[in-house]
Amino acid sequence: MENHNVIVSSSPHIRAKASTRSIMQDVLIALVPSLISGVIFYGFRVLWILALSIGSCVAFEYLWQHLLKKPIRIGDLSAAVTGVLLAFNLPVTVPWWIPVIGAFVSIIIVKELYGGIGSNFMNPAMVGRVFLSVSWPILMTQFCEPFIGHWFGTTDVITSATPLAILKSGEGIEGLPSFVTLFLGGVGGCIGETSALALLLGGLYLVYRRVINLRIPLSFVGAVALLSFLFTNGSLSPFDNMMYHVLSGGLFLGAFFMATDYATSPVAASGQIIMGIGCGLITFMIRRFGGYPEGVSYAILLMNVATPLIDKVCKPKKYGYVRRGSSAKK
Amino acid sequence: MRKLTFKHGIHPRDHKSYTNAIPIRMVEPPELLYFPVQQHIGAPLDILVKPGDKVLKGQKLADSTAPVSVPLHSSVSGTVKDVGMYMHASGVKVPTVVVENDGQDTCVEFIEHDDLDALSKEDIIKLIREGGVVGMGGAGFPTHIKLSPPPEKEIRHIIINGSECEPYLTSDHRVMVEEPGMIIEGLHVIRKLFPQADAYVAIEANKPDAIETMKAEVEGTDIGVLTMQTKYPQGAEKQLIYAVTGKEIPSGSLPMDVGCIVINIDTATAIARAVKQGIPLCRRIVTVSGTMVSKPGNFSVRIGTPFSTVIEAAGGIGAVPGKIIMGGPMMGVAGHSLDVPVVKATSSILLFDQEEAKAGEESPCIRCGRCMSACPIQLRPLYLNAYALKGDWEQCQKENMMDCIECGCCSYVCPAKRHLVQSIRVGKQQLAKRK
Repeated sequence: MENHNVIVSSSPHIRAKASTRSIMQDVLIALVPSLISGVIFYGFRVLWILALSIGSCVAFEYLWQHLLKKPIRIGDLSAAVTGVLLAFNLPVTVPWWIPVIGAFVSIIIVKELYGGIGSNFMNPAMVGRVFLSVSWPILMTQFCEPFIGHWFGTTDVITSATPLAILKSGEGIEGLPSFVTLFLGGVGGCIGETSALALLLGGLYLVYRRVINLRIPLSFVGAVALLSFLFTNGSLSPFDNMMYHVLSGGLFLGAFFMATDYATSPVAASGQIIMGIGCGLITFMIRRFGGYPEGVSYAILLMNVATPLIDKVCKPKKYGYVRRGSSAKK
Repeated sequence: MRKLTFKHGIHPRDHKSYTNAIPIRMVEPPELLYFPVQQHIGAPLDILVKPGDKVLKGQKLADSTAPVSVPLHSSVSGTVKDVGMYMHASGVKVPTVVVENDGQDTCVEFIEHDDLDALSKEDIIKLIREGGVVGMGGAGFPTHIKLSPPPEKEIRHIIINGSECEPYLTSDHRVMVEEPGMIIEGLHVIRKLFPQADAYVAIEANKPDAIETMKAEVEGTDIGVLTMQTKYPQGAEKQLIYAVTGKEIPSGSLPMDVGCIVINIDTATAIARAVKQGIPLCRRIVTVSGTMVSKPGNFSVRIGTPFSTVIEAAGGIGAVPGKIIMGGPMMGVAGHSLDVPVVKATSSILLFDQEEAKAGEESPCIRCGRCMSACPIQLRPLYLNAYALKGDWEQCQKENMMDCIECGCCSYVCPAKRHLVQSIRVGKQQLAKRK
């Protein structure tokens, strides 16, 4: 019986169900709570920014792959994830072209020019945010006061200082929001970064689905917590200082969704802990000593660049490891 | 009790319920049987018969004087019809002896050895070799070589491997339930060679009836029956030894270097038959399963029986299979024809339909690290894959490519459906050539 329909291939002949697409789907699901909190606090314009961001990310990826006659990979949903993350890193007040330019930088310059999915050496959405922040610093820091306006008809844009900006300047400390407000996300900030609760829910969903593990988020948040507890600023108690540092400035968004990006974080367990601690350390240094009130983006980008080095150093100890010089036959 | 296990590994769906409760059935030997001459790892054999010769069941068809070799026996009586090149399950043509079965099953005289104490160690080793016994788990390494470590290697643990961690496979499971006595007799023979060693039967937790039967069988002896965690590749030699003894075999060494010998279930019964009853290896237990098979089950099959005869016994197939696998789905070899014979290492025949046979399309690595969390050797398959595709053999060496046991866990978990273990296999061949 010679048969040409019989497939001959190398083992294994069975494969797990999870695919790149299913992983990205999980990430999208995990981002839904933050989207809901964004809409509650900043209104329906959030959805417009989100649509623009996702749309342009996917469109840029499609165009690039189409023009260069590469396989079209928008179906893996990774461009959509970048789109959501980029939108979450923008204030709701930005003009329509901001997410489009951000998407161009994220997808074309950071992702596709370096070889597409898996090959980029920095987090695309993170670079998008930083690029926009340094190019249009005013537009990127016009945070809308939550609750005010949109549910009651008025839509005035009010520039509201973030808790970290208040901590940095040391002025108006009495104007700091309560921990509960901060935890729920009812403060000024980017669309998807203010609600620690929503981000935590999504992050834990990813852990439950085994898309990410807790090494990077825990060591990242842990490092920021420890440092801000030890080195308090001005009149705040160590505990209060720690709480404000941990709950604000997009730390949870960074720790659960950005620093854990597969392509730009170490693959080994030990490397992931180094990544997390490094991110935490740099974040705190920038917040405390740098020129910016907020340091999560730069911290993650710097550790992204260090990832190949960390990978080189942090290798798991293999089964049957034989120290060099000792005889294997002993 | 905490179940014994190793680091990492995977939990595929085991698909064992199709066959694990069905008693072993006999497959009547067909008219023509095909005996590929090379059924072990080692020196090639010289063919001892020519077309027209009458052969008896248990008569040698081929043998060699080289130390790492075992003879091949006829599993039926009849006439040698041809000696030539025939298709083997791996897809290549190999020297093969074709025997026309006369249906009489006239045997050569089997010499029984009821009293093990009357045999010297050398006698036992010789009987195992003459019985044509090889590792039945799939590797096909001559068992008598495994059981003849150099005198300076002290063997402290004998482990009978009843893990059977490959999905679908239940042949060892059924042997444990139906023939526990033969397994323990085989173990007694091995212990005769290593009287100071302790002995275990290691069984995965998903075979509770086998664990119970074996426990009842060893009642009152010092043989331990161990319950292993159900996890692939629990039955891989290195992983099993780690799970049972906590010892790691250093790179490039053998189980005997850490004082262990691991023997497969069906190999143990083959040893018992070869030594105590004098019957050479003529049959093996084959799991026939997969969605295409109408009556899946385990079959006692004469070596040399074509796959098609075995499939017929399992109710035949309705449509064209999408994939024909000899061995388990994780490490087995895919073939393109059912007109190939069962050999000593054929633990199973799996037939997948067209849908199951489809492999997902390979996409770029996303560095999720799942391959690393799955690798039971703690290698970095994503890097091995990248270096192998680049042809960077230096880096492959540095990443310890030669330590890979090719279990396939990395490819199994890969969400990008990359052919990780396939590229590593190619790389290992390149590295071996360069040495």
